[in-house]
Amino acid sequence: MSRASLYIPLGVFVLILGLGYVGFDLGARNELPSALIDKPFPEFRAKLLDSPQTTITRNDLVGRPTMINVWATWCPTCLSEHEQLMQIAASTDVVIVGVNYKDQPLKARQWLTQYGNPYDYVLDDRDGLLGIEMGVYGAPETFLLNSRGDVVYKRVGDVNLRIWRDELEPRFKQLGVEIQDDSQSGAGL
Amino acid sequence: MRFSGLAIVMVVSVLTTPSAVAASQIDILEFADEQEQRRFRGLIEEFRCPKCLNTNLAGSDAPIAQDLRKVVYRLVVQEKMSDQEVRDYLQTRYGDFVLYDPPFNARTWYIWLVPILLGLLALFVLFRLQRTAKIGQARLEPEQQARLKEIIGNASSSSRGSSP
Repeated sequence: MSRASLYIPLGVFVLILGLGYVGFDLGARNELPSALIDKPFPEFRAKLLDSPQTTITRNDLVGRPTMINVWATWCPTCLSEHEQLMQIAASTDVVIVGVNYKDQPLKARQWLTQYGNPYDYVLDDRDGLLGIEMGVYGAPETFLLNSRGDVVYKRVGDVNLRIWRDELEPRFKQLGVEIQDDSQSGAGL
Repeated sequence: MRFSGLAIVMVVSVLTTPSAVAASQIDILEFADEQEQRRFRGLIEEFRCPKCLNTNLAGSDAPIAQDLRKVVYRLVVQEKMSDQEVRDYLQTRYGDFVLYDPPFNARTWYIWLVPILLGLLALFVLFRLQRTAKIGQARLEPEQQARLKEIIGNASSSSRGSSP
């Protein structure tokens, strides 16, 4: 038995340690991969929150970069990200579509009156079926679509200043969304 | 024996709990026949609840799990999908995450291969240990071998001699 082979158990131990580090990494635990990344946004039919007689389909999302934000009045995190969404709506020309997820339309409309409306329009998904098509786990979730209607990014959790700066803004620029520079500086302060 | 009996009780209770929960959820649903109901039950136990880290659809009370049970019901009962079609439906929307039986792909290869590699490594080490043990035996020089025999021979004959 050579000296070198004495290190085999240590090597195995380190290997197991490494696997554990990767496999049980707490950061990765909360990272829920979307099955939709780089795939076309699913086909759907949904009614507008404000005018239930109008039906929106996937075709309405194609043509311009679009941000889809899943929210509900029962979701406290949605309230905490609201200000950031307002900022994005004010400073960019991206289309922002809200998906009012498993909520009461009346409460949702009150919320938008009270806190402001960052959305170009809001889809009424009170039974959560659109959410399931999108692979939504809960609210809030945010999807970014390019002008062909493919999902390029998904965020599970709130959109805050860090997410805007590190994840959304660079992708907006890539997609050719116009951003007014200095209006973001005050956000989150 | 008592310990293994306890273990069996634990395993049985773990195995039956989700179905008991599922049963209470199923009772309000209507099925065309028993086979359809069995398929529904099997499917909701097969998928992992997307919101929870380690509970299946049948065993979770998370709103998303309730919704997905309804979806599976619709796909099985109304749309008459096969089991595989239901699996594909959920996988295209929620990814590999909902499958308890992960596919072999670029992201998951190591969880399939590492146990095999570790097993091979163990075999290799075992093999090496045995071989070195044998070599250790054979390494005695002829005169050492003779001396060994002599000592063993003396010891056994002296012990034989001293016995009554």
